[in-house]
Amino acid sequence: MRSIINEMKLRLPAISVNEGVARSAISAFVAELDPTVEELGDIRLAVSEAVTNAIVHAYRDLPRGEVGNVYISVRLYDTREVSVEISDNGCGIENVEEAMRPAFTTGEGTERSGMGFLVMESFTDTLSVKSKLGRGTTVLMRKYLKSLPEGEE
Amino acid sequence: MRLAEIKETESALLVKLLCEIDHHTAKSIREEVDKRLEDVKPRELILDFSGVPFMDSSGLGLIIGRAGKAEAQGAFVTVEGLSESQRKLIRMSGIERLGTVIIK
Ligand SMILES: Nc1ncnc2c1ncn2[C@@H]1O[C@H](COP(=O)(O)OP(=O)(O)O)[C@@H](O)[C@H]1O
Ligand SMILES: [Mg+2]
Repeated sequence: MRSIINEMKLRLPAISVNEGVARSAISAFVAELDPTVEELGDIRLAVSEAVTNAIVHAYRDLPRGEVGNVYISVRLYDTREVSVEISDNGCGIENVEEAMRPAFTTGEGTERSGMGFLVMESFTDTLSVKSKLGRGTTVLMRKYLKSLPEGEE
Repeated sequence: MRLAEIKETESALLVKLLCEIDHHTAKSIREEVDKRLEDVKPRELILDFSGVPFMDSSGLGLIIGRAGKAEAQGAFVTVEGLSESQRKLIRMSGIERLGTVIIK
């Protein structure tokens, strides 16, 4: 049985400056497991995508001046698994399968590439997306870190 | 915070990006670059990523968007100075297949 060795929960207002804040927080938290530069980069990238989606898409229908929240929950396991759950109480996704297709975007113009879910999928080991229209979206990602060289446990 | 350093050379507008690129920073970068692109009307827009410690798919949107703008002005875009992981992102996106962006 795997057991949890540390846990972090964050609630951030859904404003774009918090994309970088979320990346910094998760980097600091995961450092305990001594990830490689590449592993840490992968996690930062996947988190950036999921948090950005909550900030850009989830609350697009909110009246001006109202700000939603992004919830981030990270767990480290003794098996060197990192699990990250990112959720919002926003508009939800009508068709998750379609939304996850590469290049699909409801964003305007060409400034959103529609590659966010593909990036999350490619740079983590498992990805699951649950969404309910009008209720919100939860993205769960897991990354299994390579074991440390002998003697460095 | 300095987001980018923009220089004009004889034939190109050279943009050296100097920050993490996400949806937050991409907006200001885009505005700055597009303004210069319209003023200068270069033949080539060079985006240098060697000073970019992090980018996510917003960086892809930034490149694709600039490629469209440049093409409308009869210019092309060259992307250089990519790290290994940035290269991986770009390969995934299929930007290379657009035909309007040269990846160095
Ligand atoms: N948290 C969310 N809330 C509502 N819609 C979302 C959320 N995340 C993603 N989406 C939808 O899925 C689409 C694809 O997301 P993504 O692959 O990240 O591409 P992009 O963000 O570039 O549009 C978005 O355009 C949006 O319609
Ligand atoms: Mg996205």
